[in-house]
Amino acid sequence: MFMQTWLLPFALLATATIIAFPLSRYLAWVMDGKYRPLPVFGWFEKRLNSGPQNWKQYVYSLLIFNTLLFVFGYLVLALQPWMPLNPDHKTLLAPSTIFNSVVSFMTNTDLQHYSGDQHLSNFSQIFFGIANLFISAAIGLSALVAIIRALRSDSSVGNFFLDMWRVLVYMFVPIAFVFALFFIVQGSPMTLKTSYSVSTLEPAAMGTTDKGEVKQQNIVVGPVAAFEAMKMLGTNGGGFYGMNSAHPFENPTAASNFFNTYAMMMFPFALVLMYGRMLGRMRHSIVIFSVMLIMMAGTIVWSICFDTLKPNPGLTAHPVARTYEVPSATAPGGKRAVILPAVPGLPVDQHLGNLEGKEMRFGTSAGATFAALTTDVTCGAVNAESDSLNPLAALAPMVGMWLNCLFGGKGVGMINMLLYIIIGIFVAGMMVGRTPEYLGKKIGAREVKLAVIALLIHPFMILFPSGLFAATSWGLKAISNPGAHGLSQIVYQFSSASANNGSAFDGLGVTYGFWNNANPAPTAVAWDIAAGLVMMFSRFIPIIAPIAMAAYLGEKKSSPFGLGTLRDDTPTFSILLLGTILIIGALLFLPVAALGPVAEHFGPIPFGG
Amino acid sequence: MNKEYVKGSVPEAGLPLGRQTPHRRKKTQRLLEKGTTLAALKQAFVMLRPDKQWNNPVMFTVEVGAFLTLLYIVEAVMGKGSSQIPLSYFIWLDAWLFITVVFANFATALAEARGKAQADSLRRARFDTVAYRFNAAGTTEQVSSTALKPGDLVAVEAGQMVPNDGEIIEGIASIDESAITGESAPVIREAGGDRSGVTGGTLVLSDKIIVRITSGTGDSFLDRMIALVEGAIRQRTPNEIALTLVLSAFTLIFLIVVVPLWPMAWNAEQYMMGYLGIQEPVKSLGTDVPTLIALLVCLIPTTIGALLAAIGIAGMDRALQANIIAKSGKAVELAGDIDVVLLDKTGTITIGNRNATKFIPVGKYSEAEVGRLAAMASDADQTPEGKSIVKLFEKQSGKTVSVPSDTKFAPFTAQTRMSGVDLPDGQQIRKGAPDAVIKFIMGRNGSVPEGIKGEITKLVDSVASKGATPLLVTDGSNIAGLIALEDILKPNMTERFERLRKMGLRTVMITGDNPLTAAAIASKAGVDDFLAEATPETKLAYLRKEQAEGKLVAMMGDGTNDAPALAQADVGLAMNAGTQAAKEAANMVDLDSDPTKLIEVVEIGKQLLMTRGSLTTFSIANDVAKFFAIIPALFAGTLPWLRVMDIMHLHSPVSAILSAVIFNAIIIPLLIPVALKGVSYLALGAEALLRRNLLIWGLGGVIVPFIGIKLIDMTIVALHMVS
Repeated sequence: MFMQTWLLPFALLATATIIAFPLSRYLAWVMDGKYRPLPVFGWFEKRLNSGPQNWKQYVYSLLIFNTLLFVFGYLVLALQPWMPLNPDHKTLLAPSTIFNSVVSFMTNTDLQHYSGDQHLSNFSQIFFGIANLFISAAIGLSALVAIIRALRSDSSVGNFFLDMWRVLVYMFVPIAFVFALFFIVQGSPMTLKTSYSVSTLEPAAMGTTDKGEVKQQNIVVGPVAAFEAMKMLGTNGGGFYGMNSAHPFENPTAASNFFNTYAMMMFPFALVLMYGRMLGRMRHSIVIFSVMLIMMAGTIVWSICFDTLKPNPGLTAHPVARTYEVPSATAPGGKRAVILPAVPGLPVDQHLGNLEGKEMRFGTSAGATFAALTTDVTCGAVNAESDSLNPLAALAPMVGMWLNCLFGGKGVGMINMLLYIIIGIFVAGMMVGRTPEYLGKKIGAREVKLAVIALLIHPFMILFPSGLFAATSWGLKAISNPGAHGLSQIVYQFSSASANNGSAFDGLGVTYGFWNNANPAPTAVAWDIAAGLVMMFSRFIPIIAPIAMAAYLGEKKSSPFGLGTLRDDTPTFSILLLGTILIIGALLFLPVAALGPVAEHFGPIPFGG
Repeated sequence: MNKEYVKGSVPEAGLPLGRQTPHRRKKTQRLLEKGTTLAALKQAFVMLRPDKQWNNPVMFTVEVGAFLTLLYIVEAVMGKGSSQIPLSYFIWLDAWLFITVVFANFATALAEARGKAQADSLRRARFDTVAYRFNAAGTTEQVSSTALKPGDLVAVEAGQMVPNDGEIIEGIASIDESAITGESAPVIREAGGDRSGVTGGTLVLSDKIIVRITSGTGDSFLDRMIALVEGAIRQRTPNEIALTLVLSAFTLIFLIVVVPLWPMAWNAEQYMMGYLGIQEPVKSLGTDVPTLIALLVCLIPTTIGALLAAIGIAGMDRALQANIIAKSGKAVELAGDIDVVLLDKTGTITIGNRNATKFIPVGKYSEAEVGRLAAMASDADQTPEGKSIVKLFEKQSGKTVSVPSDTKFAPFTAQTRMSGVDLPDGQQIRKGAPDAVIKFIMGRNGSVPEGIKGEITKLVDSVASKGATPLLVTDGSNIAGLIALEDILKPNMTERFERLRKMGLRTVMITGDNPLTAAAIASKAGVDDFLAEATPETKLAYLRKEQAEGKLVAMMGDGTNDAPALAQADVGLAMNAGTQAAKEAANMVDLDSDPTKLIEVVEIGKQLLMTRGSLTTFSIANDVAKFFAIIPALFAGTLPWLRVMDIMHLHSPVSAILSAVIFNAIIIPLLIPVALKGVSYLALGAEALLRRNLLIWGLGGVIVPFIGIKLIDMTIVALHMVS
């Protein structure tokens, strides 16, 4: 039992950590342009390289590129009915859903208010889906590299287009190719066909038609293996199928599950070390790495402890009634008793923990492990139903999104961490009696301003829309359960959007479906637009502001390290960093954590009416 | 400014002309002195004016919250309130919100008052006095000191006050500078050299000096410095601006946290109504606006927001107490960042003067012969070195030096770098730097035999490598021998350098000595590096080189020669006794003219930043406990099972919120002493220091409010402040 539970998460963390060291060396080597390209590539790179850029030019290129990406994605989805590879004649999605989806894939969020297998043609899956999986992931990574170059006071922050090319051609394509092959071997489809009609083993499993004929089962296929590989490697998380990594074609076996899970950790782990290698501050990056690893391990342990090792409270219920007194103006004596009546548990064997919504072929702790990891690295894929996690266990994925730097998404996770480092050093670093400095550069008002702007946007984009939707019909009509669980669903959705994570808590009615859908979810349009805007702001402001901040820092004179300088490569620094993240990052979300998962955990069963 | 002096002159009117008792400056103040405290308290209320409060964004937010709560109370009193919570709760709450702002203003006002008191005590030294000015006829006339203009010559005698800043052009005097420095031990000031500066308001104790006035009335150096200090009290330093930004951002972040709580709490109320199946509304404190304001006030960094200005002012104040006048707060702040300290050897590392310790004969001369020649060469030499040579000779031989009456004295000049006497019989005796003396002999068509040359070179090196300065003594065209002048290290300097090293600073000794001597003294004193044969140019070059490497450099200087380097240095500390040019170029002036002061300056700077960092950390760490007090209280009416989060077991929701607000308010005055005195700086190295402060202010900041809030909760329940 112990091994069954803990072997998987341990093996994952160990594998990712070990591979991160050589991989980071390779990444730094590529991004520093030390490789010798093939003649053809070399010819192309020369033409692609529009010359060294300063930070403003880099950001400008990035924004123009994203605008084009948005237009292209919008066109692909908006023209779906008239495009090839659409034998099933999938029609037009609702415009708001197209907006949401295009923003979602462009921002590496991959929040899906549609279901890939039902709503997209293979043309859309390839040219909208797979294309974005590669490109959006490369954008974040390029931004990180620009920041590194700025921090080490390079004369230029690089060239955006060349960086994108390097990331795509020398990192993503070859590695994704290997993973895709492996998934094909494990049983993922890789075809341009769209579906098979098969007779089920049990003749009437799919029901019968009015004429009494046995219905055939329609099985959707497509270029799944390619989609899957980059979905995980790029910490995108948007699935080919609505069921995501819980679908047997996306994730056929326990082995594919291991590599599915590992794939999303691969780059985020290595990028932290790449940061150190490129800056020549390996020990510093190892300290950052350990802080991230500790927090990530914390979320996994939390998730497993409250899910895999605890029964589902919905089934055990509470056999003893509980009474609370609450103040009340109208009740006699100013107090009213709230009684939670005894709810007898169901006679279910729960020694394997909470199994609701789990894929048993992956093992008992796979769901809980995946749930924590997928938000820690802002992937957002799921291999189990997050909505069915035990209430407290659901805190683990939420914390991953709130902090957004437990390795975090490709590039952006490290960028977020950089913001915490700057704020942490600024506040606590003064305690050594020097003006706070990072990498020998003094942190001044301008840098701090940019860091807090980037840091502010995240809680703002989660809490304000959550509050708005919690009190209006936009949210109240979409949730599947009222009260604490419903609030969790709303908060989770916006956390996922703002963290550019894309995982869904589910149970939230946000799908409009095809434009001609007669019965869309009642408030789907509001969700589409709100989540779309959140994703956009939470993506670009925390990329642009840190690039500017790094550029301003890089312009400063670097003062040498001395005994009186704050060391950023010691265990003490890791405590400082951990404290900063926990107090600044986590405290902001304590109230919603209390109102959502904690209230649900301690509240009556069933919580929802 | 002029008028103040005129006013100040009134009480002194009864004193006999020109004879006045100096007003001894008081340097240390008790934390709460009646005068300053009362003034600060008054000022604390004046600062409530929104346009003034706006200077402090964090406290401005609190003030807005307090006024909103007041409106809410007025509405409730008018009978429109629909709250089920007793009115007394809101009144207490609002009172404490206002008290929070007043406490914060008090902290700032108190620090300002203390800073002003320091400046005033300096200014008190300045009042109208009588001056004896030389007129065109060369006689003195009595004028008022206010009538003096720069360039005027005045005579000051024992018992008289120096009428204004100036330089001694004739004479030597012992002067009581206690009016500005607070130190009662008199100092010696003399014409010529780097200790010729006298400050207006100081008292001449002995002898008579003639002073050339260098500044006009009200425009004395001290006046301008005081004005700068008072201006700096209101100026924010770069680090303070950045920190204010961070604190404003935290305020905004917590606004982002608190505002959405209202709809979420409303959501919970709706749910509870449904769960209980009742029609009448279920209310919790979560939708109560004053309570949410209270939550906001507790979460935003009010502690550091309240004390930030005080910390900065107190830093300047501490510098003033150490008798350092900083031209800006920025300079004090910068002092904490210093990487390299340039220290003059003489006066800082060694006791000002070198002593002759040995006469070394060369060739046919005997030791006694060399001693006699050296003493004769030094007979008219009034420098301490010269006197020590005569003294050594007299001690060794038991005889006194005698030179014929019509001997001509050849004084030391920068060109010859020698001094000596020309005896009536034409014999020239000289002593001086070896290369200068050899040049002198060559110049007189003399020669130095090869054997002697080798011997001299060896002897010079051996003397120098022991850290002593060799001087050659000539007897006409012959080299008679050497004088070894030894430097005497000041006591405890090795420990101080060790301390600086632990602080992460590199010490560099600046000396005019040759490299060999410099190296020997440097290693004996324990400095990290030295700059030998330093000239103003090499000093400046060295400084620039260090700065190009990104280091911040501090130096101390007194002479006009030092002015360019003082201006170039990141922290330039001039001695008050030094020349006007040096004082103008520096960004700090040490009234005590104590060369080791630089070390204190660095510590004051570090302490300032540490205090800021520690209190910010403390302030933010406090939020953990406040969350645990307030969150369960907010939802006691709707989600009573959240009581599990109430780990402090507070009496009731209302008492929990009041306790958090009260804790938040009273922690401000409790920390005022820390803000004013500063967190003590220990030279442990950054790593150990960070660990220590993280433990005290970080972990302490998490734990202390848990205890404090619980205690306050017990107290207010016992006092029946809440039901």
